[in-house]
Amino acid sequence: MINKHFLSGNEAIARGAWEAGVHVATGYPGTPSTEIIENLARYEDIDVEWSTNEKVAFDVAYGASLAGGRALVSMKHVGVNVALDSLMVTPFAGVHGGFVVITADDPGMHSSQNEQDNRYIAKFAKIPMLEPSDSQEAMEYVKIAFDMSEQFDVPVFLRTTTRTSHSKSVVEMGEADRKLPKKYKQDPAKHVVPIYGKRLRQNVDDRLKKLEEFGETFPLNTIEWRSKEIGVITSGISYQYAKEIFANASILKLGMVYPMPKKMLIDFCNQVEKIYVIEELEPFIEEHLRILGVKNSRGENTIIGKDTIPQMFELSPDLLRKSLFGEDGRKSFDAEISVPLRPPVMCPGCPHSGVYYALHKLKAVVTGDIGCYTLGALHPFNALDTTFCMGAGVGNAFGMEKIHRGTMGKKLVAVIGDSTFLHSGVAPLIDIVFNKGITTVILMDNSTTGMTGHQQHPGMGKTVRNLDTYAIKYEELIRAIGVKHIRVVDPYDLSDTEQAIKEALALEEPAVVISRRPCVLLEDERAKPHHPYEVIEELCEECDLCLKIGCPAIGGLDAVPYISKERCIGCDLCAKLCAFDAIRPIGQEAVS
Amino acid sequence: MMIISSKKRYDLPESNMDVDHSGKNLLFAGVGGQGILLVSELAARAAIHAGFDAKKTEVHGAAQRGGSVVSHVRFGPKVYSPLSPAGEVDILLSLEQLEGLRWAHYVREGGLIVLNDEIRVPARLTDKSVEYPQNIEQFLTNKGYRVVCLDANSVATGLGTYRAANTVLLGAMANQTGIEDDHWKAVMKESLNPKILDLNIRAFEKGRELVRVYHQNAP
Repeated sequence: MINKHFLSGNEAIARGAWEAGVHVATGYPGTPSTEIIENLARYEDIDVEWSTNEKVAFDVAYGASLAGGRALVSMKHVGVNVALDSLMVTPFAGVHGGFVVITADDPGMHSSQNEQDNRYIAKFAKIPMLEPSDSQEAMEYVKIAFDMSEQFDVPVFLRTTTRTSHSKSVVEMGEADRKLPKKYKQDPAKHVVPIYGKRLRQNVDDRLKKLEEFGETFPLNTIEWRSKEIGVITSGISYQYAKEIFANASILKLGMVYPMPKKMLIDFCNQVEKIYVIEELEPFIEEHLRILGVKNSRGENTIIGKDTIPQMFELSPDLLRKSLFGEDGRKSFDAEISVPLRPPVMCPGCPHSGVYYALHKLKAVVTGDIGCYTLGALHPFNALDTTFCMGAGVGNAFGMEKIHRGTMGKKLVAVIGDSTFLHSGVAPLIDIVFNKGITTVILMDNSTTGMTGHQQHPGMGKTVRNLDTYAIKYEELIRAIGVKHIRVVDPYDLSDTEQAIKEALALEEPAVVISRRPCVLLEDERAKPHHPYEVIEELCEECDLCLKIGCPAIGGLDAVPYISKERCIGCDLCAKLCAFDAIRPIGQEAVS
Repeated sequence: MMIISSKKRYDLPESNMDVDHSGKNLLFAGVGGQGILLVSELAARAAIHAGFDAKKTEVHGAAQRGGSVVSHVRFGPKVYSPLSPAGEVDILLSLEQLEGLRWAHYVREGGLIVLNDEIRVPARLTDKSVEYPQNIEQFLTNKGYRVVCLDANSVATGLGTYRAANTVLLGAMANQTGIEDDHWKAVMKESLNPKILDLNIRAFEKGRELVRVYHQNAP
């Protein structure tokens, strides 16, 4: 057990980056990347921050690299979209201290709005990309990525997927090799890109050729020779699945998925009878093989890849066996017995419930945003008309208003959480004021980044290490933008919340309603005494009105709703809805 | 006096599974917030402590908000895929009945299912009420699984808090994994907050006690 640790991919990345001597690490929370920054924050000799958004995170980390430090920036796949403008120019300017960019992709969309294969972004941006297949590799690849970044004067992508980020496996840790940052060197001809870009352009492609050549003998691109009947080309988590289903095949594993080693791939294919490409999501490797025109040992150019293996969602050993060999695994029993789905729900006492109850009642048109509050789209609220990506809802609402100002304008609301508002909701609110909109925005301030597990943000007054810092005052910020009508409500006060939204909608000017109450899962909130409620059976008229608050602690299979005393936090919302006074704190039964 | 509400004795049906040392596939299921990830973590660590290679995988994030949660643990001389194939899991531990049913097809024929007697009706997706399946324990037994259904919540409540139901169930399955007792205790000491360590060890032991295992090779 000495030196052996059981780490997730994200924990291993943090460890590897620390061993590699990273000086500055930045990121914005997003599943499945979040734990990288959280774990880096445990190493006191690294400057770690949650940044306002991914572009800011990227720019800060890149600045640290240009100044001579080793830097890492971490984000989920869609975060790279936010940072893309900054990313695209970096291969022109290069780096100074090693710079590693983590993209954590989410095949299967476990906790994401879309599925995108960010290997294409490496190709698009002309930046090399490494892809580990377990935690041990995750740790080692980060260290190699820092070295490569300095050797080739370019940022290096490290791509994980949900399965490599969140799976745990045994890791043998290495030794730390932490050096001081290099001296800063002024070099405007390299770093003022708009002026010198034409001169820098050639190097972007020359460097890629060098990297491709480097990949031919790069120790992370490996071949395991076994039977030459089947040759598998793979990378990342798909390698583990390939090992599971092809016991005796030869396997070429790409540790660097971009750029790919041309000669190595052609030679490998030439020696095997059948070529399989096992890769999750898009046919990224396969397309390249087809461009190279690889042939098997019989001289045929047949490749078994995305013509048989699904191009969407996660792979698994089951799915590969089914698609490649037609083997059906054991089937679920839902043909014989009802197996109802269990969707995620808002928590008992969630402050968002109060807002959604009001919006449902007002039959508002609601543009949503990214966070726990996206669950407001589900039963019983069915309160969201749209939700796309971080910060989109505010602009979307204004656009809708432009088409139907006279009618829909009076019912149109954008809802956005506090962390998301600071990430990318401020700019569209400025746009509304600037362009004379009348949109109503509800800022759902639960004092944290809820969905990803309570990461600090600039409105909380705490840094990633929980040190005190300035907490943005939303009222002041919003007033400075030019919004005159600002109302703060407690979402547990259902009638005031409804009234405030009605008032805002009636105005011929932009309005912001701030719904303020901390997330019930925050430690301080959990520590408060909770007095659970119960339904008094004799008083209950079985009208089900209490279920309209969408609380998972109330329900059950009987006509009289049952409140779970373990889960009820005593928020009183269901009791407020009850017209018969049948819901009371436990111990306060009906007066005899 | 502490009352342990265990009306039934939970004898395992005769086992056709030799407890061997070549490794196992385990599956842990339940509803987000029930403590599934804690017990799957302990199982993986116990396996590593016993000298195996091990991998563990689950999906974090949205699923934790009261949704369905499943965690795979595989251990053996060398593990590749962290995901177990359907029909190849040796033991399934579920903290909720419907979740046990949802993942039961992952268990191989004759495999063991340790079920908590808890029912949590899922949130409605529509105005129609949810049709929660009846007699899950019987259904799974009829499928040829060895099923143990424990009222782990009451047992845990008797020990101090219903939150320890997960470790009661872990104790109930532990001696079918081929991992010796010492390893379980050692990893609990390593991984658990001292404040809850004693409670969890008692819950674990209570779970073991409740399940009397008779297997073919037993003396």
